[in-house]
Amino acid sequence: MAVSPELAGRTFPPTAPYAVSAAKIREFALAIGVEPAEDAPPTFPIVVAFAAMQQLMHDPEVGIELHNVVHRDQRFVQVRPIRAGDALTATLTVETLRQAAGTDLIGTRTEVTDASGELVTTAYATLAHRATEVSV
Amino acid sequence: MTGLGPARFRVTRADLVRYAGASGDFNPIHWSDRVATSVGLPGVIAHGMFTMALAGRAVSEWAGGAANIVEYGVRFSRPVVVPDDESGVEIEVTGELGETSDDGTAPITVTCVCDGQQVLGMAKAVVRRTDPVA
Repeated sequence: MAVSPELAGRTFPPTAPYAVSAAKIREFALAIGVEPAEDAPPTFPIVVAFAAMQQLMHDPEVGIELHNVVHRDQRFVQVRPIRAGDALTATLTVETLRQAAGTDLIGTRTEVTDASGELVTTAYATLAHRATEVSV
Repeated sequence: MTGLGPARFRVTRADLVRYAGASGDFNPIHWSDRVATSVGLPGVIAHGMFTMALAGRAVSEWAGGAANIVEYGVRFSRPVVVPDDESGVEIEVTGELGETSDDGTAPITVTCVCDGQQVLGMAKAVVRRTDPVA
């Protein structure tokens, strides 16, 4: 089933604040093989953005079937690197929705902000949702 | 244009497990052959975000630190299949550094190859130049 065309333009509620610890930055850095540093690696915001994406994907009103979703592209526009002590909130907006050939292309923009409401990173992602069951 | 790299990274199943834990992405196609093959994949594949992170690791080094990356984006064009063995698979990252703009930033076009095929499409970073050259 295709997602509702009304999804375009919808903004989801902000995620609960995520307290960034030095230990989490270190764990992420080691997982991608870099020397842990004060600044988190450039793709670290996905940890927070992912929670916002989960909100979109699990919303029963949206109608996404999880096993039919593919992460198509990802882009980060970084205002400043994330550091330990940040309390980050992610707010996802569905910017575009294109429906063609049985696939929903869901273009999202997620704003990651700190405790004072300042923008830290904007994460853009496109999710491809196969809207029709394909028998394998 | 200035050529950057290549940087080479080896990816094993253990790396995927570690990345799953660190990132919070526990999609079983990244650790279970049973689930991966049931959705039509040849086997367990790397998280696209893990491949992006490895290419980003190269970009951070070229840029003189993660703080110099203004923008970084990729398209996940082809899955990186990671075999269940000791050696895993290798990905190779190269870059082309473009002209520095008036605002002090420069584009890097990133190429990421695994098994002779590009796995990231339209991969590009914009970095802040910390040195006056180029």
